[in-house]
Order: sequence, then structure tokens, then C-alpha cells
Amino acid sequence: MSLVFAAVCSHAPGITGRAHLADPALRDPFHAAFRALGDEMREARPEALVLVGAEHFANFFMDNMPAYAIGMGDEYEGPIEDPAWLGIEKTRIPGNAELGKRIVGEVMETVDVAFAEEWKFDHGLIVPLHFLTPRFDLPVIPVNINCQGPPLTPLHRAWAFGEALRRAADKAPERIAIVATGGISHWPATPDSGKINEAWDREFLARWQRNDKAALLSYRDGDIYRDAGQGGFEIRTFVCLAAAARGQGTIRHFQPIPIFSVSATLGVMELA
Amino acid sequence: MSLYGMQKFLYHLNRDPRVQSRFRDDQAALLAEYPLDAEERSAIERGDLGLMYVLGTNGQLLMHFAAYLGMPWAEYIEAMREGVSRHGPVRAGVYAMTTGMDEKVAGV
Repeated sequence: MSLVFAAVCSHAPGITGRAHLADPALRDPFHAAFRALGDEMREARPEALVLVGAEHFANFFMDNMPAYAIGMGDEYEGPIEDPAWLGIEKTRIPGNAELGKRIVGEVMETVDVAFAEEWKFDHGLIVPLHFLTPRFDLPVIPVNINCQGPPLTPLHRAWAFGEALRRAADKAPERIAIVATGGISHWPATPDSGKINEAWDREFLARWQRNDKAALLSYRDGDIYRDAGQGGFEIRTFVCLAAAARGQGTIRHFQPIPIFSVSATLGVMELA
Repeated sequence: MSLYGMQKFLYHLNRDPRVQSRFRDDQAALLAEYPLDAEERSAIERGDLGLMYVLGTNGQLLMHFAAYLGMPWAEYIEAMREGVSRHGPVRAGVYAMTTGMDEKVAGV
């Protein structure tokens, strides 16, 4: 088989942890659309979910930081954050070590990738799962692109990594969903938290929807930092997804929500 | 300056319940294992997030530390503003403050 579903989503911890501080008129439609995205994914009957995130020092640190990492465990745990703070209880998440190993092996044909047989999920993965698979019953292959500890992998390598994931999925008999999660413009974990460059977000998503490789790869980190904040470095996950799916994207939901620190974003991409 | 050591301590604390237990029960011995200067060590002991922010602590590490301490969101944001007010701009890293002191973009 190969990929049966491809999507992108936000993952900010405020989506669950500060839900009580948000305007219900903005929060409720987003939460509903997030759950609906999970329904849409399940309708594609995936047997595993490749979840491409940009973690926040839950597993990898500057003593040994991989640009790319893929999980090869049969079980994971999360969140690392205080459950009351995040609004998500600690739980165990099923993995698929054997499938993860096959994906790692194929990706390595073109992209050097680290593997990890244990992995603690932070908000970057557990918030999407909270909505997409609320019973945590779909095996997850966690994937990380380092967007936290510079030097960061160049965007063209994130594209190559997405191509490698697609090739690995094409060789697997399983039905595989792939979801990439990151912020677009945002300045999280600073006093600026809540600052959003909506125009920049809309332009980025326009490029993403038409899967314009040249336009997506033309961003430079210095410009991203100035215009989209340090959180903007996470566009690497969206770029990776576009390379893996190859088709045109459709935004299912877009709404800047400052108390969540991001433009709440959900999108799907055709598989081509 | 041992920013790396302070961040590594936070990395371990944020992800490992055993380190959290030692932070509660055996804090001095735990902190002695990291290359912290006096200012950093004092900031950790006092839970002075404002100073830790200004010293250049990665924002995600600091946010998870605030979560560990059980700080409400508004208090955590305000602690960083107060840190900049008392100690000046962020000295390292990519989590600088770019808004004005009274510019509460998310209302907190």
C-alpha cells in the first residue's frame, strides 16, 4: 500500500492547556474541526500514523541533536508536561517497532536519520493525537525534525526527508497516514506569546496549498526569524509533508487565536 | 556563563520523574552535578524565571519548567517581562522579547 491520508495541523500547548481562557467562538469551531480531521483520517482506514513533529527538548538535546529522528518502539508515553497544565492526562501510545524499523531503513537510502526505541511525547505530538486519535488506539511512528536547537536542517533537506518518507511508505504493505504538525508564524514561550503574523501565515499556506516547491524552499531562516518568529522554524514539518504527499493542499481551518499563540491551522493534502 | 549546563538541567528535570524527585528531596546534590555559576544556581533555587529567561534559557525548556512549578500562564508570562525589566534584554538564544513592556498581545 502506501499513504492513504496526509494532513497538517497545529500543536500549541494552549490549544488544550489554555482552552478555558479562549473565546469559545474561536475555540469551539477549531476543536470541532480538529476532531473532524481525525474522523477524516480514520475514514481512510490507516493501520499506522506517521506523525512528523518538531519536539521541544523532550527527547533530544544539544549534547547529541539529530536533524531527523524516527521512532522504532512498540510503545511510547506522554505527555512529559504536567497533565493539569497541558489538559491531557498521561497515557501510553501504541507504536509499531517493526514498521518503524522498515521506514528508517528505507529513509536511510537518501537521508541519514537517527532512530529511537524510546520516546516521550511532549505537547508537539500529544496535542494532535488528543484530537486525531482521542482513544490513542492507532499505532504511531513518531518522527522529529529539529526545529529547536540551531543549527537547523535546511528546508531543501526537509523536502528530501519528506520524499524519503514517501518512498518508505510506498514500500510498506500497510495503509499509512502521515500528519505533520508545527506552528507557522509564532513567538511561543516568550512575553510575545500570542503575536501572530497573519499575512505571513496566509502567504505560506498559499504556497503550501499549491505545493510550490520552489516558493516553499525560498524562505531563509533569518527572514523567518524576523517575520515569523523562532516558532516559524517549524515550517519544516509542513514542507516535509508537501514533499511526501506531492498533491495540492486544502486548508480545513485557519484562525489566529492569540491565547493559543498560533494561527490555529488544519489542512489536508491530496496524494499524488 | 554556563547556559548550556542550566539548560541541560532543565532538560533532565522536565522529562524525568526521578530527577523531579531529587529536585524536591535532594536539590543541592542534584544541582551540584551541573556546571552552574552562582547566578544560575540561585535563579533555579528561587524559581526566578525572569532571570533564567534573560540569561538565554531556551523558551520551551523554561515553559516546561514553569509548568512543572505549576505557574499559571499569566504569572509565567509576567515573570519573563519582569526579568527583562530588571535585568535588560535576553542575552543569548532565539527567544528574545520583541514586544513592548505593556504590549500584551494575548491579553495576559
